[in-house]
Amino acid sequence: MKRRHVLLFGAAATGAALTSARAQAPREIEITAQRFRFTPNVIPLKAGEPVVLLIRSLDFPHGFFVPDLNLRTDLMPGRVVRLALTPRAPGPLAFLCDNFCGDEHEGMDGHFEVS
Amino acid sequence: MQRRDFLHLAGLGGGAIFSASLAGCAATGLPQDEFYFVQLSDTHWGFQGAPNPDARGTLPKAIAAVNALPKPPDFIVFTGDLTHTTDDPVERRRRMAEFKQIVGELKVKTVRFMPGEHDASLDRGAAFKELFGDTYYRFDHKGVHFIALDNVSDRGTSLGAEQLAWMQAELAKLDPDAPLVVLAHRPLFPLVPKWDWHTRDGEQALALLMPHRNVTVFYGHIHQEHHQMTGHIAHHSARSLMFPLPAPGTADKPVALPWDPAAPYRGLGWREVEAGGKDIERIEHGVNAA
Repeated sequence: MKRRHVLLFGAAATGAALTSARAQAPREIEITAQRFRFTPNVIPLKAGEPVVLLIRSLDFPHGFFVPDLNLRTDLMPGRVVRLALTPRAPGPLAFLCDNFCGDEHEGMDGHFEVS
Repeated sequence: MQRRDFLHLAGLGGGAIFSASLAGCAATGLPQDEFYFVQLSDTHWGFQGAPNPDARGTLPKAIAAVNALPKPPDFIVFTGDLTHTTDDPVERRRRMAEFKQIVGELKVKTVRFMPGEHDASLDRGAAFKELFGDTYYRFDHKGVHFIALDNVSDRGTSLGAEQLAWMQAELAKLDPDAPLVVLAHRPLFPLVPKWDWHTRDGEQALALLMPHRNVTVFYGHIHQEHHQMTGHIAHHSARSLMFPLPAPGTADKPVALPWDPAAPYRGLGWREVEAGGKDIERIEHGVNAA
């Protein structure tokens, strides 16, 4: 996904969450990317709850891709990327590194467990 | 007697034969010669592990089988992941050089190479270019146009604006009715995005191909046969010569399937592609233990 889509998505999610955000700031969730693992890689969320992901890479320009939301961003080492999202439906929501990063790249993934 | 008749009479040499309407050769009315080429893919030279205890023997077996074909192919293509990835630039080049030496045993000397992400993503194709040349290019053979794409040198698996512009310019030179074969490593369509089995800007490439009425894509990456249409464009993935992967979307991760001692080399293979005639015909071969 192009950067403008990420920004648009972030804006939409923020906009949708404005009303509730006045009452309560979105929960922030820190995620670390390091060859070949996201930590944490299983993240519980609640449907309808806006959250902000704070994602940082320690070692490589990994990608962070949520296919079902068509949401992705690059993770440049040394920078924290903020991604706002509000899961809409219960169930697993997969994410993965989509920048080839080496021998175990294919296993660098995780999922949100939306309840 | 045509070659396919011979193959039927000869029992296909262990292969299985499939036809699909091509798409175009007859439509152009141009005189075209039937020919065939061989596709080998995902050889992952340098891989070591339980999924293939004969990691150094499988590719030579396939080469011997290709060399034993009754009539040699016009040319051979390798659709990427020639070598298994390594962080070490010296080791990467050593694997590529060794791979090149081994495939030098092919009797047919017209061989076209494409990179996979294991070859090219960590150094943007630098080592590949040194040893094999351009990562994307076009060529013609007996009335069929071929275009080889590079959707791996960018670590984000994009073709990129520069290559797409080149592709558009090259396609503009072609008769839209002429048969066109596209070669690539990764699927150009979103086969399984959650496994990263797609090309990030593949939709743009497919949009450029849509005006061409007779397009067939052969690719690798997914280590198994898979056949899908996007509009009128046919996509055929090839088996690997190192280890098979699960069927699309059927497991948590696309990790190598275990070696089965009761059925060694199961899931591995290569193919012949017959072109230039009325149909595109695939003949799929496994790897024999002998």
